[in-house]
Amino acid sequence: MHEVTVGIAGAAGDGLDKSGDTLAKTCGRLGLFVYAYNSYQSIIRGGHIWLKVRIGQDKVRSHGDKLNILVALNQDSIERHSREIDNDGAIIFNGDRLKCDPSMVKEGVQILSIPMSQVTADVVKEFGPIQPIMQNTVMIGAVLYLGNFDFSEAASVLTDTFKHKGEKIINLNVGLLKAGYEYAKTHFKAVAGEWKFSRIKRPFTTGNEVIALAAAAAGCKFYSAYPMTPASTILHWMADHAQKVGIVVKQAEDELSVINMAIGAGLAGARSMCATAGGGFALMTEAVGMAGIMECPVVCVEVQRGGPSTGLPTKTEQADLFQVYGASQGEFPRLIVAPRDTADAYGTTVEAFHIADKYQLPALIMSDLLLSEHPETVDKEVFDSNIKIDRGQVVKEWNQDNGKFKRFALTESGVSPRVIPGTANTCFVSATDEHDEESILISDMFTAAPIRRKMMEKRGRKIENMLKDLPAPKLEGPADADVTLLTWGSTWGVVKEAIELLAAKGVKANHLNIKYIFPFHAKEVTEILSKAKKKISVEVNFTSQLARYVRSETGIAMDGHVNRYDGEPMEPAYVVEHVQRILSGKEWNLDVTEEEAREIGYHYLRTHYAEKLRPGKITRGTSKGISEDVWNVELVDRTSGEKQAEMVIGISTGATYSYKSLVPAAAK
Amino acid sequence: MATVVELPVDLFKGPVDPDWCPGCGDFGVLKSVQMAAAANGVTPENLLVVSGIGCSSNLPGFIHAYGIHSLHGRSVAVATGAHLANTDLKVVITGGDGDGYGIGIGHFIHAMRRNLDVTYVVMDNQIYGLTTGQTSPTTTLGHRTKSTPGGNVEIPLNPLALAITCGATYVARGFSGEQKQLADLIAGGIAHKGFALIDVFSPCVTYNKVNTYPWFKERVYKLEDQNWDPTDEKKSLDKSFEWGDKIPLGVLYKADQPTYEDSEPIFKKGALVKQPLGLDKQIFNELIEEMI
Repeated sequence: MHEVTVGIAGAAGDGLDKSGDTLAKTCGRLGLFVYAYNSYQSIIRGGHIWLKVRIGQDKVRSHGDKLNILVALNQDSIERHSREIDNDGAIIFNGDRLKCDPSMVKEGVQILSIPMSQVTADVVKEFGPIQPIMQNTVMIGAVLYLGNFDFSEAASVLTDTFKHKGEKIINLNVGLLKAGYEYAKTHFKAVAGEWKFSRIKRPFTTGNEVIALAAAAAGCKFYSAYPMTPASTILHWMADHAQKVGIVVKQAEDELSVINMAIGAGLAGARSMCATAGGGFALMTEAVGMAGIMECPVVCVEVQRGGPSTGLPTKTEQADLFQVYGASQGEFPRLIVAPRDTADAYGTTVEAFHIADKYQLPALIMSDLLLSEHPETVDKEVFDSNIKIDRGQVVKEWNQDNGKFKRFALTESGVSPRVIPGTANTCFVSATDEHDEESILISDMFTAAPIRRKMMEKRGRKIENMLKDLPAPKLEGPADADVTLLTWGSTWGVVKEAIELLAAKGVKANHLNIKYIFPFHAKEVTEILSKAKKKISVEVNFTSQLARYVRSETGIAMDGHVNRYDGEPMEPAYVVEHVQRILSGKEWNLDVTEEEAREIGYHYLRTHYAEKLRPGKITRGTSKGISEDVWNVELVDRTSGEKQAEMVIGISTGATYSYKSLVPAAAK
Repeated sequence: MATVVELPVDLFKGPVDPDWCPGCGDFGVLKSVQMAAAANGVTPENLLVVSGIGCSSNLPGFIHAYGIHSLHGRSVAVATGAHLANTDLKVVITGGDGDGYGIGIGHFIHAMRRNLDVTYVVMDNQIYGLTTGQTSPTTTLGHRTKSTPGGNVEIPLNPLALAITCGATYVARGFSGEQKQLADLIAGGIAHKGFALIDVFSPCVTYNKVNTYPWFKERVYKLEDQNWDPTDEKKSLDKSFEWGDKIPLGVLYKADQPTYEDSEPIFKKGALVKQPLGLDKQIFNELIEEMI
C-alpha cells in the first residue's frame, strides 16, 4: 500500500494542530485516506505535543508504526523523534533557530534545515514581518513537495481556512506555503512516489463529533455534560450546533447533576444523552441504577482515559470495563456497547438511542480517548441521514374504562407501556424504590415478595430479548488461523492491521471483536473461541479486563495477553511483536529498554534541571550497592555535546538511583 | 391574562394514604401542595412532583399527579431535566432539609442561579427523620441528636438567606401548622415565573423534641399582617436572619427576573418533547460538509 506518515512535534501553543489540519484536509480532499493521532498533555502552553498524520492510498486504520517525514518545531522535538524517521525519510525544521546532529538520524534521512528568513524574505517584503507560528506553513509547504501532494489543493484549503480574515491574510499564507514548497523542490528529493488522487471528498472527523452528530440525527433533544477530557468535544459540538439541530445543551454543576438531568429529561419524554470520562462516570453510577429501576431510556457515553482516579487525563486506556459493567448497586438490564472505530460510532450511537427506547433502559456507550479524539477520513455513506426514529411502546392515550394505567405492567417481553407525562389519565410515579405494576412502592408499608420476584423477572426478560436484536460477534479472517486475537473497542483497527503484518511474517491470525459487552452473546463467543487453536487478548489495560469477562461468561481462558498501559494507544508492530513472543512461548521482558532509559533521562532533566542537557550515550552495566542491572546514562550539553552529568537507572524497577553533575558548581 | 379555573382539591388525592407518623408536619404540606395545584388550576396530568429521599420525599406517592421519587439529594437535578424537556409541565420539587440542604445543596444553589421556573418546597424539620434522628444542616446549635450526643457544634444553614443571595426570585417560609397560608405560599410559588423556594417548618414529632408545634406557634408571625414589601433584596436578606423569639412566615423576597428558559431560543418553538425529532436532510448535509 502506498502511504506516508508525517509527524509534527513541538510544544503546546506552537500551532502544530493547525498545521496538521491543513495537511490532513488537503490529503482528504485529494481523495487519500488520513488517520491522525495527537499525543498531548494536560497543559495549555509548553510540554511536548506529538501529532502523527498517516496518509494512505487505501484506508488506514491506525496511526501506524512508521514515520517518514518529521516536522520539528523545537530542538527537543528533533532530539526526541529524529531516530524514529525511516530510512529515506526527511526531517524539516527552521534552520535559523534549530540544528540536527546527523548522528541522530538513520542512514539516508534527508536533513532539511530551512533557512527561514531567507526563504520567507520575499513574503516579508510584501506583507511585513511574519509571526513565528506562520513558519509552520512554510514547513507544511515543504512537506507537500516531499509527500508528492498537490500544491493547489493545499492552497485552496488555506484559502477556505482564512476566508473570514480576508484576501491579504490568504495571500500571505499561500505565499508562505509556496515558499516552503519551492525551497524543498529546489533543494531536496521527494520522499513519496506518485499518488492516484481520486479526489473523492470524505469527512475528516473524530469519534466524539460522530457521536454528537449521530445523537442529533437519532432525535436527541437534551444533552447535559460537565467538561472532562476526553469527552468535552461532544459538549463543544453540541453547544456549537444546538440551535441548528434543536437540542437543549446544559453544562451542569457536576456529573451527578449531569446524569440526573438527562434521566429527568428522559422521564419527561425527551431523547436525552450525556457523556463523561471514567472519573465523571464514577460519580454517575448511582443514577445509572435509577434509570434501571425507573426503566428510563437514557444514553450515556463513557470515554475512557488513563486511570485510576485522575490518572492520565490526556492519555488513552481501556480500563473502565468493570466500572461500567458494575455501575450501580443491584441487578438491572442495561446496554453496554463499545464501537470499534469512528465510522462505527455513528451507527452504534443511533442504535443506543433505539435500544434505550425500545427496552426502556440506560444505554452505555464505551469509547476511549483514541477513538473519541483522533480524526480520520470516513466515507460519507457511513452517515445515514435517513434514520427511522422509533420511540418503542409509548401509549398515546388512555381510556380509564380500561382500568388504571399500569406503567410497570408485568409483560412477557419485559417491556411495559410507557407514556409521555401530560397524557390524560396516566398519572404514575417513577420511583427508585421497588414498586408494583401501578408503581406503588413495595418497599415500605406494603412489602410483597412475589411482586418483587415478578418485577425482577420482568426486567430481566429484557436481557434475552435485547440480545436477539443485537448481532452476534463474527470471526474476521480465516477460520483455520493459528491464532485468534480478542479485542474490544478501538483496538479493532490496530489489530486488523497487525493481522496483515502477521500474515506477511507467515503467522495466520483471525480476529474476534466484542462490541456488545452487555447483553453478551455467550453462546456464539463460546462456539468461536472453543474452535480457536490459540487465543490471545489485545487490550489497552493492565489486567486484561475483557479476557476476564469473557472467561466469566464462557469459561474459556486466553492463552496469552497483549497489554499496553503506558497511556499511548496500541500500535500494529507492538501487537505483532507480542503475539509472536507469546506464540514462541517466551516471557514478556519488562525491563527498561535503552529507548525508555533515554525517556526517563529526559523526564528527570525536565523536572529537575533547565533543559540545557540531553541524554547522550547509554550503556548497560552494574552499579555498586544496587542489586539490579542498570543503565548508565550520560547527559551531554545540548549544543556542544560535551558530557556534563551522568545518571543511573534501574533496568528492572525503572528507579532513578543517582544523578551526578560532573561540572564544578562554580562553572554551572 | 388567562383565567385560572380552580379545581377540586380531591382531584389530587393519591392512590395510597401517607405512611408518615401520626402528627407529622408533612401531612399539612401534602394538603397544601394539593390545595395550591387546585387553586392554580393545574390538572394532575400537567403536574410533575419530583422528590429525593427521606420521609418528606415520599410525597409524590401520596398525590395524584406524575411523580419522580428519585435519589437522595438529586431531586433538583432530575426536576431540571424533566422541566427543560417539557416546559409545559408544572414542576414542584418536594423534599426535606437533609435531602435538599445537605447532600443536594450543590444542585439547589445552581438551580437558583439559573432562575429555573420550578417550585421547591422543603419540609424542614431540622432533623433526619427516616434514618431515626441524626443532625441535619438546619439543626440548631447545641441540639443533642443521635449523631451529636454532645450537642450540635455546626452553625445551622440559613436557607432563606442562601436563596436570596443565590438568585432565587421567590423566597418564602411556611409552617405546616398554618396550612391555609402555606397553601397560598405554594400557590404563589407555582404561579411565579422563576425559581421559588418555600422553606416549611414541618415538625418531626418523633425525633425532634425541640422544634415542636408549640415551639413554633409561640414564635411565628405573618409578614402579610405587617404589609411587608418583599421586593427590596437587602431588606429581605436582613429579614431572613430573624430567628429566635420572632420568626417571620410569608413571602420574604420576590423579584421579577428573566428565567433560564427565557434565555434558551429553542423553547420559542414550544416544549422540547413536542418538537419534531431528528434532522432534516439539508441540515444534515450541511453538518457533513463542515467536516470536509
